Amino acid sequence: MADTKKMALIATKGTLDWAYPPFILASTAAALGYEVQIFFTFYGLQLLKKKLSLKISPLGNPGMPMPLGMHKWFPVLGTAIPGMESVMTAMMKSKMKTKGIATIEELRDICLESEVKLIACQMTVDLFDFTRNDLIDGIDYGGAAMFMEFAGDSDVSLFI
Amino acid sequence: MADKEVDARGLNCPLPILRAKKALNSLQSGQTLRIVATDPGSVKDFQAFSKQTGNEMLESSEANGEFMFILKKA
Repeated sequence: MADTKKMALIATKGTLDWAYPPFILASTAAALGYEVQIFFTFYGLQLLKKKLSLKISPLGNPGMPMPLGMHKWFPVLGTAIPGMESVMTAMMKSKMKTKGIATIEELRDICLESEVKLIACQMTVDLFDFTRNDLIDGIDYGGAAMFMEFAGDSDVSLFI
Repeated sequence: MADKEVDARGLNCPLPILRAKKALNSLQSGQTLRIVATDPGSVKDFQAFSKQTGNEMLESSEANGEFMFILKKA
């Protein structure tokens, strides 16, 4: 359809928190009738892994609230302690569950079901020595020109 | 009585919208969908969803911290 709205996203980040914006926007836009493409490049490729192991990191992130007001007194260097990422990630995931927030797997599945086109940047797939077997099925592989063909014609285009 | 119902209580953005969209897909034009949600953001979200998709909002109400919407499939 010529009058279908389009949204083009670039997903560049591979942490649990930053996995949300592209998948939330893409699934919602698809529900609103948009044609959507997401171009995953650099660390964003983590979001296409068959087995997701996304984490959050409190390191160098003064904006991250911590439980019990810890962010007010916990030393910055303490956030670099081994295992801190896993602890913070587990806490975040459990909090998300109690708040009824979708998992990334769930949102990604909805994107695939609603025909959002997921594109892995071939250059960074090569750079990180990923194989197509590392990433989920049903995605495309391409480059900047492929993205621009769609983005150039889009109503919304965001770099995340 | 609506033709179909979605219980989106306890779910957060964007799940109520996504669940509603999925349920609408199984309806015929003119049939109605009733959605119950607890996410306060769903009020504006469903207004925006209705406006952008053309599925008319027949009812929108709030009682005891629950939000209820009825959409008519376009």
